[in-house]
Amino acid sequence: MTKISISVKVNGVERQAEIEPRLLLVHFLRESLRLTGTHIGCDTSHCGACAVVVDGRAVKSCTMFAAQADGRDILTVEGLERDGKLHPLQEGFFQEHGLQCGYCTPGMLMTGYAFLSSNTSPTADEIRHAISGNLCRCTGYVNIIKAYEYAAAKLREGGA
Amino acid sequence: MIPRSFEYFSPRALDDALALLVRLGPEAKILSGGQSLIPMMKLRLASPPYLVDINRIPDLNYVSEDDGHLRIGALARESDLETSPLIRSQYPLLLDTTVVIADPLVRSQATVCGNLAHGDPANDHPATMLALEAAVVVVSARGEREIPVASFFTGLFSTDLQPDEILKEIRVPAPPPMSGGAYLKLERKVGDYATAGVAVQITVDSAGVCQRAGVGLTNVGFTPLKAAKVEAFLKGRQLDEAAIKQASEIAASESQPFDDVRGSADYKRDVVRVLSARALRRALERARGGA
Repeated sequence: MTKISISVKVNGVERQAEIEPRLLLVHFLRESLRLTGTHIGCDTSHCGACAVVVDGRAVKSCTMFAAQADGRDILTVEGLERDGKLHPLQEGFFQEHGLQCGYCTPGMLMTGYAFLSSNTSPTADEIRHAISGNLCRCTGYVNIIKAYEYAAAKLREGGA
Repeated sequence: MIPRSFEYFSPRALDDALALLVRLGPEAKILSGGQSLIPMMKLRLASPPYLVDINRIPDLNYVSEDDGHLRIGALARESDLETSPLIRSQYPLLLDTTVVIADPLVRSQATVCGNLAHGDPANDHPATMLALEAAVVVVSARGEREIPVASFFTGLFSTDLQPDEILKEIRVPAPPPMSGGAYLKLERKVGDYATAGVAVQITVDSAGVCQRAGVGLTNVGFTPLKAAKVEAFLKGRQLDEAAIKQASEIAASESQPFDDVRGSADYKRDVVRVLSARALRRALERARGGA
């Protein structure tokens, strides 16, 4: 099968690759770029563990071909920390105990990143709706909501 | 899960895409949001040898109103409806619908036009568009044609869209004053397909008499269903509780559900009855509230 070449910006770095068209974005990130922070959970578009931000929108990277990402700007969990400083969301998950096993966390963080970029004063109910495509099996979600609220407050103050 | 191999095309212009569909023949599939197609390809329920990705074609992403019509372009995402001030203020039925489709991550990719083109009776916008008496505009190298949504769905996962055609736009007649709509869906959990869903769009006069009614049903038949008997019953009638109760019973009898994991056919018919009454009440409330 003919390979195609793509050029994608991932966490601010321009990456070129020759790929099979059927390569899913999540496999491109994890296997071609070795960015294994993005997780594969259900592999059926349900759980959101594979969420990454593409051109500002959170998407499920198991349900997008890498070919579709050609020319796009992608942010993964590895790109959240800047200059050795955690992103307010990461800090929030740490401070509020927003994770236990951590499997859903990269997806929760990336969904939160896109969500908080358009709404820095969310209500708890808005947060619940925002994460309704991200499944967590340990926290009961309560602390995840607190972590989002922590990050929102921090972002309102003007960053970390 | 890895899909079978395919050849990928990413045309930069609509004409190029249409020419590709002619050249590649009926086995080519169009990729827009991909939120139904890609899961089907991963499960190998679909293995198209050619994918024509239309996402890079300019000028297909719009939600706008002109000439008395709402126009939704092929690349408008479900999340674009959710954030559109026009939809939020003028089309409550569409807002109701989009927020119960899948989940926010899927909605940021999934397109409204794809929700119709897929031809799945479990999808939510077909019922909505039936209630709104919408039409779809399809284009091919042969030209353009408009198909009323009421005659678009021809069978299970089948539509009137021909292999060389692209669904370019949904066109919804702008509702007159004193109109209101509502969509109610019963789902087992967020992201599930409807156990049953009911879309209602009505226009009333100042005395509360129904001037026009559109009713569509989700996932209770081989195709999305237009509840024509309910519509005929409602028209010209004073929409009091007795009329709403009777209309909801007609809706239940018009539905054609099957037994499956979401419940028995009898249960689903009753869900249609309950949701129809609630949707009618909400639509009426909104119609009286103006807009």
